[in-house]
Amino acid sequence: MTQATDLAPAEQPAPDAVPAFQRIMERIGPLWTLGVLVILIVIFGILSPDLFTKAAWLSTSGYAVEYLILAVGQTFVIITAGIDLSDGAILGFSAMAGAVLMNHLLLQHTSNALTSLAGIALMIGCGTAIGLLNGLVITRIKLPPFIVTLGTLTAITGATDLLNNGGEVTNLPPFIANLGSDSLLSGWLPIPVLVALVIALVFGLILARTRFGVRTYAIGSNETGTRRAGIRVDRHLVIVYAISGFLAGVAGLMVTANFSSASSLAGANDELYAIAAVVIGGASIFGGRGTIFGTVIGTAILAVLTTGLVLANIAPFWQQVAIGGVVIGAVAVDRVRTRAGTD
Amino acid sequence: MSDDERAPDGAAATVVPRVEVRNLAKRYGSVHALRDVNMKLNAGEIVGLVGDNGAGKSTLVNLISGALQPTAGEILVDGKPVSFRSPSDARRAGIETVYQDLSLAPDLSIWANMFLGREKVSPGPLGWLGWLDRKAMMKQTAEDLDRTRIKIASVGSRVGRLSGGQRQAVAVGRAVAWGSRVVLMDEPTAALGVEQQARVGELIQTVASHGLPVLLISHNLQQVHAICHRIVVLFHGTAVADLRPKDTEIDDIVGWITGSALAAQRRTG
Repeated sequence: MTQATDLAPAEQPAPDAVPAFQRIMERIGPLWTLGVLVILIVIFGILSPDLFTKAAWLSTSGYAVEYLILAVGQTFVIITAGIDLSDGAILGFSAMAGAVLMNHLLLQHTSNALTSLAGIALMIGCGTAIGLLNGLVITRIKLPPFIVTLGTLTAITGATDLLNNGGEVTNLPPFIANLGSDSLLSGWLPIPVLVALVIALVFGLILARTRFGVRTYAIGSNETGTRRAGIRVDRHLVIVYAISGFLAGVAGLMVTANFSSASSLAGANDELYAIAAVVIGGASIFGGRGTIFGTVIGTAILAVLTTGLVLANIAPFWQQVAIGGVVIGAVAVDRVRTRAGTD
Repeated sequence: MSDDERAPDGAAATVVPRVEVRNLAKRYGSVHALRDVNMKLNAGEIVGLVGDNGAGKSTLVNLISGALQPTAGEILVDGKPVSFRSPSDARRAGIETVYQDLSLAPDLSIWANMFLGREKVSPGPLGWLGWLDRKAMMKQTAEDLDRTRIKIASVGSRVGRLSGGQRQAVAVGRAVAWGSRVVLMDEPTAALGVEQQARVGELIQTVASHGLPVLLISHNLQQVHAICHRIVVLFHGTAVADLRPKDTEIDDIVGWITGSALAAQRRTG
């Protein structure tokens, strides 16, 4: 019995068995989304050279901040084969809660620094707490994430209106407004964009290079097997939903800083764009697959599409039509790619 | 494989078994899933566990792997009684299981599957943050698979891209790499073609040749007869026979599984 147990050669699928198109897609891998982004930039750049101005960059990147921060959290959730429909609503609630507190503190002549600190802490705290609650309900009561986060979305949207009777809060400390308007690199890198990029980098490394990341993939890939491997799956999922909530709180802060105000409409429908960005970025809605790099590209595609359509003087109603089409197209391409593999 | 390569006949009497179960029983209310089972697994031994559906094979395996807790009796590892509250306890004691569905994550690489739940982190502060030592895990995986004579092009391949036989090999390789006392295999060849079944059979023999006992649960009586040193037959939750393949025909095993051999034995007294 010296013969090696070589199971490889006989079982490779014959090259002819896979259609050429699928083979090419498989080889290109997730980089195809990067190609789509480049093509979009070229097309819209030809239609309207204004795309390459500082104003267009600031508008596009500013628009992308909110979606990118949410989409990073959403990437973790989707990789576990879950979904978080509530992240936009959490954004809105956290922003409003923090703003109401800051308004209140300012009226009581609390210092600007303390007010800002308390407001930021409350926004991030609210987001994390609601995300934690999502995770606990999903794992303890064993309800589908879709239903739980849909319920949270509805309840939290109502709660946001309750906080300030549906009104807007504009009385905020200057630090918050400065956070939204200050920038680096002679105006090319606004602080919110920097924050979003740092978040993408940090969470991208967590996902790709740490034990927490590899276990996140494992849960989405084979939950039973991951449990058998002794990993505390429920605890892990609670943390993943808490991360999504935490990032929604941070996004709430960025939106509030950007507009120097908190509106009860902030974050509405954002979850759809965040999910779209993640899916365009190559994550599988069935779990186990996705990257933060892909999500960054997916968000950029959405943002370029939006700015490009505006600059090309196409009626804004077409934006949603186009984005919907891109989402379905992305999933279709993903299907073809995965079918080219053995699974 | 010739008979003289098999575990010597007298070994069980003198050597402390790697794993032993004594009077093991599992009862659900008034239903006896398993009663008074005694079994020994010695170093390097391949023991087949056969029986009809519902005979108690899975119950016995789940008791040894810590997924279930016995109602009565005891499990001994290296002669010392142990009590497992979970599969994690059993794994820490060196008992690994190859599940029927293989329990692999298809989206993860081979090395990530090998180390799932036991990931190596970098030394120093990065390690406290859970930073993976990917190089060390890849190297270890290549060595582990090499030792079990499993040839796979790259330990970085996604498991989902492997063939059925290769996945089987990874699952077995993982169990062997971590199992220091016994490897339990639940229907390892059920989903495979004839040629792959033979290869997994060779793999099991390689495992045992390194001194690790294997408990093989299988409906494939030809294979069990060909590669096992002993065959334990369960019937209605009781171990009714402990057979040696060289003294036994496959038809005899079938007789014990269906209960006709037991009835015949009782008639003859």
